[in-house]
Amino acid sequence: MYDDIRLAERTDTMTDVKIAARNVNVHYGDNHAIKDVSVDIGDRAVTSFIGPSGCGKSTFLRCINRMNDTIDICRVTGDIELNGQDINDKSVDPVQLRAKVGMVFQKPNPFPKSIYDNIAYGPRIHGLARNKAELDEIVEKSLRRGAIWDEVKDRLNAPGTGLSGGQQQRLCIARAIATEPEVLLMDEPCSALDPIATAKVEELIDELRQNFSVVIVTHSMQQAARVSQRTAFFHLGHMVEFGETGQIFTNPQDERTESYITGRIG
Amino acid sequence: MSASTLFLVIAVIAIVGFFVGRHRALATADGSIRRLHSLPQYYGSHVAVLSFAPAVLVLAVWSIAQPLVIGGSVQSQILPSDIPEGRDISLVMTEVRTLADGLSLAVSSGDMTAAEADNAQTFIGDLRDRLGALGVALGGDVRPSVLAAAQSYRSATATGDLIRTVLVLALAGGAFLFAFRQIAPDFRARNTVERAVRVILIGCASIAILTTVGIVLSLIFNTIQFFKLYPWQDFLFGTTWSPSFQGASELGILPLLWGTLYISFVALAVAVPIGLFAAVYLSEYATPRVRAIAKPALEVLAGIPTIVYGLFALLTVGPFLLAAFGEDGVLGVNWMQGGTAVMTAGLVMGIMLIPFVSSLSDDIINSVPQAMRDGSLGLGATKSETIKTVVLPAALPGIVGAILLAASRAIGETMIVVFGAGAAARLDLNPFEAMTTVTAKIVSQLTGDGDFNSPEALVAFALGMTLFIMTLGLNVLALRIVRKYREQYE
Repeated sequence: MYDDIRLAERTDTMTDVKIAARNVNVHYGDNHAIKDVSVDIGDRAVTSFIGPSGCGKSTFLRCINRMNDTIDICRVTGDIELNGQDINDKSVDPVQLRAKVGMVFQKPNPFPKSIYDNIAYGPRIHGLARNKAELDEIVEKSLRRGAIWDEVKDRLNAPGTGLSGGQQQRLCIARAIATEPEVLLMDEPCSALDPIATAKVEELIDELRQNFSVVIVTHSMQQAARVSQRTAFFHLGHMVEFGETGQIFTNPQDERTESYITGRIG
Repeated sequence: MSASTLFLVIAVIAIVGFFVGRHRALATADGSIRRLHSLPQYYGSHVAVLSFAPAVLVLAVWSIAQPLVIGGSVQSQILPSDIPEGRDISLVMTEVRTLADGLSLAVSSGDMTAAEADNAQTFIGDLRDRLGALGVALGGDVRPSVLAAAQSYRSATATGDLIRTVLVLALAGGAFLFAFRQIAPDFRARNTVERAVRVILIGCASIAILTTVGIVLSLIFNTIQFFKLYPWQDFLFGTTWSPSFQGASELGILPLLWGTLYISFVALAVAVPIGLFAAVYLSEYATPRVRAIAKPALEVLAGIPTIVYGLFALLTVGPFLLAAFGEDGVLGVNWMQGGTAVMTAGLVMGIMLIPFVSSLSDDIINSVPQAMRDGSLGLGATKSETIKTVVLPAALPGIVGAILLAASRAIGETMIVVFGAGAAARLDLNPFEAMTTVTAKIVSQLTGDGDFNSPEALVAFALGMTLFIMTLGLNVLALRIVRKYREQYE
């Protein structure tokens, strides 16, 4: 885990661009929720979106895996490219896209099934395992990567809803990892958790950076500072500032960013 | 004073009590509500409740008990010789009461003076005609002994009524004064009123429960009566149902039970898939506009009286099935002899149950949290995979509960069976045969001129008991499943 104090010493480690968004606009009916947002999200790095409630950061996150398609009144325009391919193109099946861009939600939402079946859900749908042994292997590997294997290995058949909140959230992260996504979107994954569970999930996010591109929406600026390499600040539907996390928190260019991180707006 | 007048008087006292109490409360607090423990209307309600409830309770108990007590004492005056041959003493007592009421009516309508009525012995020969002119029908000429009994009945009733009036009014007035004097700024009127409300709620709940208990007890007693006259082994395991009021009936429940279960099975086979799929469409796929129209439209089906479904079975579905499966039918199979059949009743009953299943399932599917759907969609599942593998399994216990509730309605249904399935009790596998159910047979055993104490009539209670146990079991099962489901997300 990073220490807030060393923020300024950190270097921008961003290498390749995984997701490139250009001039994205989102309308909910008459409400213009996202206004001309352009952002580059790096591969094998954690990008955090911060900003006051209702600023559009979750909405923008849901554009990246086209979850907004499930809302009738929502309209998205602009380009979002994943690995150089436009995800809003007609040739892209949103269902296939969501297998590549996993999502973890604000409230832990394990299915009312066993822990095993929760993890096996995605691999079964996408046919990732040829037989039971392979599926067992995927489940174990995902639970290990979700840093929850040791806690649940003896009760894989117990219902996932019976775990504690923090365990449930790590289960949901493991479930998202099981489909081998390239990008992991996290919508305030720690807002329903206590500080200890939060610390575990943050530790996990930092490890996930080795294999995935992670985008996290958070209300906690300390959390953004601890886990992310790059930070975007959203305000009233605009993306105000985007840059290396240390620089955003220590030397913001825009006065709105400065007001927010010092607690004057929000 | 009659009971209804007394009731009105008490009600007026209570209403006056409300306003007086409210006024008095304000007066004791020098017009400042903030000095009172409760709002002024609570003090008013306190006076009203206290003057109303005990008085009405005494009035009700007294009015029920008085005729019983007086009747008992008058009955002892009647000698065995006064009872006509082959008659019961209760018939003589009915005569006494009719005569006593008739005399009171004659006095109140001005046809007789009070003195005349008290000395009715003097014109005992004309009495029947004079009362007859007032609409009081007496069985025969009035006998002196009956008249004497009626006179003592009248006088006792008059005394009783007087005591009742005095007692009830004194109680209402006394309680009024007591409550009125209790009023003071720190008297907790709100609490006493709320206690009174709680008593009312308990009363309503006990009425509901006691009625159920009463119905069940009456079923049980009559069933025991039946089993004294007819061996229970033959009833439970007999395969023939041929009641005959001349005696030598065979009252085996199995053909009826088979018919009930067979028809219910066909009905559920129709209603469950259609209702469930309709519910899935309405809750998951339909746009809000379609849903706003389609859901109420489907629920209209639930408002159609079952007798209309019965007519539909008799006039439309039966002939239609006969044209398809009967002799010279379109399919040329000749499976069906007449329009009434298990299939006819089952199909129509299934249609009746569709809104039941779909409406309950729709609510249950809607109550599955959106987070479940998001979680599944976020993993790259399609909408239909999400419904199949997440939403329906999560809703399953609730859906099973809905199906069991539908099943107990199917088992209890009568009119559709009478019109659609016929009246022949039969053990047969062919769904195009006429069969009948327990409910339809209960109706046919109790309508008609049969002796009510014969096993042929009493069997209806045994049938009802069987049905009650079956539906009760299903309902308990359904409730348990639904309760288990509720715990899942909390």
